[in-house]
This record gives sequence, structure tokens and C-alpha cells, in this order.
Amino acid sequence: MSNTLNLTLQIWRQEATDAPGSFQSYTVRDVPDDASFLEMLDTLNETLIDGGSVPIEFPHDCREGICGTCGVMVNGRAHGQEKGTAVCQLHMRKFNDGDTIIIEPWRATAFPVLRDLVVDRSALDDIVAAGGFVSVPTGNAPDANEIPIPKDVAESAMDAASCIGCGACVAACPNSAAQLFTAAKLWHLNSLPQGQPERYRRSEAMVDTMEQFFGSCTNHGECYEACPKEISLDFIAYMNRDYVKSKLVNRKLASQR
Amino acid sequence: MQETTEDASALRGSSLNGSSLNSQVPDGPMADKWENHKFNIKLVNPSNKRKFKVLIVGTGLAGASAAASLAELGYEVEAFTFHDTPRRAHSIAAQGGINAAKNYPNDGDSVHRLFYDTVKGGDFRSREANVHRLAQVSVDIIDQMTAQGVPFAREYGGLLANRSFGGAQVSRTFYARGQTGQQLLLGAYQQMMRQVGLGKVKLHTRMEMLDLVTKDGEACGIVCRNLVTGEVTSHSGHAVVLATGGYGNVFYLSTNAMACNVTAAWRAHRKGAFFANPCYTQIHPTCIPASDEFQSKLTLMSESLRNDGRIWVPRNPDETRAAADISERDRYYYLEEKYPSFGNLVPRDVASRNAKTVVDKGLGVGPLKNGVYLDFADAIKRDGKATIEAKYGNLFQMYERITGEDPYARPMRIYPATHYTMGGLWVDYNLMTTVPGLYACGEANFSDHGANRLGASALMQGLADGYFVLPYTIGDSLAPKLGTEPVPTSDPVFQSSEQGVRDRISRLMSIGGTKSPDYFHRELGKLVWNYIGMERTEAGLEKAITEIQALNEEFWRDLRVLGDTDTINSSIENAGRVADFFELAELMARDALDRAESCGGHFRVESQTEDGEALRDDEDFSHVSAWEWQGEDTIQVKHAEELAFEEVPLSQRSYK
Repeated sequence: MSNTLNLTLQIWRQEATDAPGSFQSYTVRDVPDDASFLEMLDTLNETLIDGGSVPIEFPHDCREGICGTCGVMVNGRAHGQEKGTAVCQLHMRKFNDGDTIIIEPWRATAFPVLRDLVVDRSALDDIVAAGGFVSVPTGNAPDANEIPIPKDVAESAMDAASCIGCGACVAACPNSAAQLFTAAKLWHLNSLPQGQPERYRRSEAMVDTMEQFFGSCTNHGECYEACPKEISLDFIAYMNRDYVKSKLVNRKLASQR
Repeated sequence: MQETTEDASALRGSSLNGSSLNSQVPDGPMADKWENHKFNIKLVNPSNKRKFKVLIVGTGLAGASAAASLAELGYEVEAFTFHDTPRRAHSIAAQGGINAAKNYPNDGDSVHRLFYDTVKGGDFRSREANVHRLAQVSVDIIDQMTAQGVPFAREYGGLLANRSFGGAQVSRTFYARGQTGQQLLLGAYQQMMRQVGLGKVKLHTRMEMLDLVTKDGEACGIVCRNLVTGEVTSHSGHAVVLATGGYGNVFYLSTNAMACNVTAAWRAHRKGAFFANPCYTQIHPTCIPASDEFQSKLTLMSESLRNDGRIWVPRNPDETRAAADISERDRYYYLEEKYPSFGNLVPRDVASRNAKTVVDKGLGVGPLKNGVYLDFADAIKRDGKATIEAKYGNLFQMYERITGEDPYARPMRIYPATHYTMGGLWVDYNLMTTVPGLYACGEANFSDHGANRLGASALMQGLADGYFVLPYTIGDSLAPKLGTEPVPTSDPVFQSSEQGVRDRISRLMSIGGTKSPDYFHRELGKLVWNYIGMERTEAGLEKAITEIQALNEEFWRDLRVLGDTDTINSSIENAGRVADFFELAELMARDALDRAESCGGHFRVESQTEDGEALRDDEDFSHVSAWEWQGEDTIQVKHAEELAFEEVPLSQRSYK
């Protein structure tokens, strides 16, 4: 049977992007430890509404750790202290009765706060639109088994493709860099035979777009620590290699000028 | 078969108005229908496609694949999602896989077999021609997604791996670990984002459709609310496509994401689109049981787990021993005993109802005695822990995270939960609703799954509609409109629709009651689950209608929505969605009451075989029930589309 917790929450409240924000203190009582972190916030919101206060906006949707919508800083750590876990899958049994929990939105210049704990992560979509795809118009595909792909290659691509696009890597990074997100998408496609024709065009376009919005990587590795899907830092190395190479490969030849 | 009483028939108000629906199914032999149809429908010349604007609402598998494909063909496309990015759509959460009649394993699969299985699995309540087309294009989907870089599972030789899934007798399911939906959605999303980058798709994020706009009976646009600024705006096009998913969240506790709702489809229904078979809902057998009253949603554990897990409960209702200590003799493997040939792999509706039966008998397990065991001990003994981990590792991890229990050491606890809705907007063979110019794709339409959907068929249908059906069929209604401009958003039809949306928001904000939208949603969900859930009775459904109406009345009297409308305000978003769920729930009950037979996910206690299996009434109910909106205070009128079964002979499903 579940135990219950009494907690003090310090939650960032901010009415709009250009409005000043501040921490507000709340107490929640009798939270069952089987509840998820977001269910704990649901309960708080119900209490706020009962008392006539405007509830806290926080991002969430699937609550299965796959859609990537949720994400808040819990005691200074993106998605909280539990390794490889999105905050929707973090459960209150990981906390102790009497704890104070500090809850903030993702902090990054590229992710402006929209309200309370909700931020705008659309810069990540711009990176994908720049080159995070294979150009195969519908109907143009050859038979799926025409190109065999070694199992290990497919598995590695899948490891990279598991990224849920939550932005925890950016929030955790002292530079607010988006290298882990970009590298995950890039390596998913660059490692597969289907991704080869556009490999260097993709590498240059995605990285250059990323640089417009986000800080630069200085190899802290905080992104990996925060990633709910434990995306490997190796992909950043692969990306850097392909990016450097792309600058050579993509140079126009004399005949093309 | 239960005789209908006069009272019930008055309550139901379903007297057919005489008209039957034209499904536009083409003539000719089943295998040639789609080819013939593609030849016979109107085409839009490539250089004219850019003169047509198509609005697509929803950017999941169906919406994103349609947006990408139509933009590639040259149409001007605007795509709308209420999420912050299209990649959040709930297609992403599908775990198990996607079916296709590739027959790569050489085990006897074919287009005809997939077609046959789907019609039979749907308990003979789907339209044969649509299902056949679905089976035909399934093979192209796998080719398309693989070419786009979807990392499907592979064998050591580098070729694609397949598995058997959800009761299929052949291995036709392609998968990407337990994240097939995620990988397919990302594939479609990337393809659409390419078109966004090229400027061919205009993407509107955080925009919720709140009304369909029609002029002279035809769809001409939509009205949306910007979820960040609260601004209400009109958008006009030559055609509107709804790819807005299903309505499973009417149950409150479901495996759907929190934001899934029926609003877009329901608003279209109120503007003339018939809503078909709302009582066909799928209860998925393998979900994690609820742990307490605060629970906000239920989590699905992929049905692929049933391939290796054995389902059982203790024979003794007062059993106190831990699962591992209970001897074989004292275990009731109820599916294996009742269905020796299919065992744990019986279709979803059968597995779910049997779980309910044993739990209702008091044999349930877990602290609330609300689950059954799904046990991997034998599989681990047989194949080794490493093999099981490679197959299901991420699912086991997820289970452990949610329950705090280690499924390698003790059996999982599972219980059915609402997962998918087979009903939806009625569409013809072209996927067009009863409103000309309005189309519905994916889970939002009713078309292909009949009364029960087979596992790994939802991803298939969403992508079939978006990639390979709509891009052809939409031309048929667009071609005659060549040379016409979309209705300007300054037209009175848009202005009055916008005003209606603003008035409704003001009305919800101004009630000033005491209870939150979530409170009403939770209470509504309990009614729907109790009366329109796994088992339905005439008395229960009549009660449901009365109680839903009473709660709805309370909603409009005692709702409390705080905050402002010109900012992010999830309370006002939810309030509008819950209001629509009330109207839908009532129609579900009426439809379930009207359909006095059992079929697939719709089980009427009055209509069962001696063994307690679903008993169809083909004489009276071999039809699609499509309901037409009649206004706020009038009960919908039912139209019937008669179903003919020419290729797959009607038979009683048996999985013994």
C-alpha cells in the first residue's frame, strides 16, 4: 500500500514571455507515493482552483515518456534526479516526506518562457526542417528489402532515433547548446544507407541552423546526464566529424561556379 | 435477442429517416476496385494543383503524411496542430508495430489474407472495399517508411524482421523496438518538415480548431484559437481534412494522451458531418491497472507481450501467496483453457472481456485486486533473460518505473483500458464525409476496423489514408473547383462562426461555479466506463443517458474556469473539450442502445452465445449507423449504410 508525503514546492510563475516571473511557495499534503510527479502537480492545481487561484501551466501530454512534451527543472536537474526518465515517468516514491522541491521551466535563450513552466521549443523544429529528413516523395520508394542494412547499423540508428525532442539537453547544458538533439537526428539518418545521398548537405544545414539559435558545445556532457532516453555523447563526435567533412565536400567545384 | 420496448425506442429516437448512405464504392471485382477507381476519378493537372489550398487539421501519422504527400504533389497546404510541434501527436505512443502483407517470412500471407483477417477481426462491421484497399496499399507503406530512414528491426542478414502480433496466424508485423509509432511518426513528421522548409506547407502550431465553416453546404474553412494568445482566427481553403484522432478520452482514464479530444470532429458533426458507430470503442487488454483516485491516465503495455507472457489469476479468490509461490495447480490460465488454439493471443475484445470476467469474480490480483497476471517466468526459463530483455526491455523498464515492481522477478499486473475508437466521422470510399469538401483520415474516421481493430493496424490505416488514399481521392472534389478562389475569410459565414466560438468561450468563462473541468471530465469518464464500457445493458445505457444529461446540466451550471482568455489557459481548453465529450458520450449511449446486438468491442449482455461470446444479429444490424446532428435539443437521426459481405462470408468468430 502506498505511503503519503507532505511537500513544499517552490514553483516559477510567470504570466507571459516579457512579464517578470518569480518563485511562489506551495504546500501539498497527503500525496500518495504511487502518484507521478505530474499527477502531484494536477492535485496542486485542483487545490488552487478550489481556492480560487489560477492554476499552474506546465507542459505535458502522453505521460508515457515518449511524446517529449513534458519537461521542467526539478531541484536544478532537467526531468529530476532519476536517470533516463522523463518527468512524467518520475514517481513520488523517489521523494521523501517533508522535502522541498524547486520547479522551474527549461532555461535557455532559445526557449522563451510562454507562461509559468511552458516554454517555446520551436527552434528544434527549424533544425529538422533544415535537413533532418531523407528526400523521398511519396510513391518513390524501392522495395523495403532492396537495401539490406546490417543489424548493428540499424540498431545504432535506432539508438539515435529514440530522441523524443524534449529539450532537456539544452536546458541542462551550461551553454544552452542543442548538440545532443541535433546529433541524434543527424546520426539516425547519416548512419543509414538511405541517408547517404544527402549526408553532407544535411550535416551542414542542420548544424548551421542549430548555431543560429543555440550556444556552442564545450563537452560538459550534462546533456547526456539529463537525457531521458540516454542518447550517447558519441553521436556528437560523429556529427562534428560529418560537419567538418561537409565543409570540404560541399565546396563548389570550379566547374560549378 | 432482447425485444425493444416502446419506451426504449422513444428514448433512443433512432427511427431511420429512410435515406441510406452512398458509400461510392466502385464496381468491379474486389481486387480491381481501387485500380479502376483511380482511373475513373477526376485528376487535377500538375500545374493546376498549386491553385488549390488544402487545410489539414492534426499532424499525427495521417495528417503529417497527407500534408507531406499533398505538398509534394504541388497543392498549397496549411497544417494545424494544437501541440507545440507536430512530433507530439499521440501516434507517437504506439508501441507494437505496423502490419503489411509483404509475406517476407514466406508463411502464406497475402493481400487477400490481410483483408480477410481485418474484415473478420472487425466482426463483419466494416466496409469490405475499404479494407481491401487498405491491405493493398499496406505494402507500399513499408517501402515508403524504410526509404525515409525508419529504423525497423532487422535480422542479421540485414533484411527486415517480422513478428506475429495480436492474434494473427502469420508474421506480418514490422516494428522498431517497442517504439514503432514514434519512429513512423518521426518519419512522416520529417517528410512534412521538409515541405515546411521548402515553404510548401504552412505550419500552424498551438492552434486548436474550434469550428468548421461551411458555405452552401460545402466545407470552406475552419476557425481556430491560438493557444498562446487566445486570438480567434479564420482560415479558408478549397478542402478541409480532419486527421484529429479518436475520442477515447471520453473515458477520462484511457491510454490516450491528456490532450486527445473529439472537438474538431464533433464541431464538424454539428455542421453536418455524420458520426458513425460511436459505440465501437476498443478496450485494450494489456494496460497497467489504476493505483488510486488521483491517476490521470493509464499506460499501455504493448500487446506483443502476450506473445511470450502467460495470463493467469489465482483460482482461489482469497489467495494471499506471492505469485511465484502459487503452484501450477492453483493457477487459472483462463485464456489458454478457454481458447486452446489461440490461447493468450485471442483478439483484444475477447482478452479484455475475459479479464473483466475473472476480476468481477473476485479473482483479481494486486493491492486493489483490479488486475490479472502477465507472467514471463516460463519465457525467461525457456529463452533466457537476455532474449526477453532484448525483445521487451524498454517495456519492462517502463513498467518498473510506474509500479516500482520488477517484472523479471514477479509477474506484471495488467488490466484492460480504453485505447482506440473504431467509430468516427462517416466517410465514403474517397474518405469524404457527408459535408462535401470535408475529409477525415486515420482514427478520426470510422472506416476500416469495423467493430474491433486488430493489433498493428492503426498505424497502417493512418498512413494508408494519408499517403496512398487521400492524395488520389481529394482531386475528385477539387477538380471541378478549378478557377474558383477559396471563400474569403471576410465572408459572413466566417464572421458568424468566429463569433460563435468567442461566445462559447465567454459562456464557459462566465459560469463562475465551483468545480474544475477536470472534475467533470473524471465524473463523466466514470459514467462512460461503467455503462458504455466493456459490457453494456439496455437498462445501463438508459441510465447512462439520464445521468450524462444530469451531469452535463451541472457542468453548465457549476463549472469554474479561472484565468484569462488571452494567454495559455489549459482550463479553458479543457472546458471546451469536456463540453463536447458530454454530447459525444450521450450519442455513444444512444448508439449502443440502438445496436441491440454484440459485435467486436460492443458487447450487449442481452446478445451472447451460450458460452458468453459476442452474438451478432446480421439480419438487423449488418449496417453502419451514421448519426446526423439535429440541433442542441433534438436527438440525432440515424442513417444506415448497409454492409454487404461478398468476399468474406459471414461467420461467427471463434478463437477456440
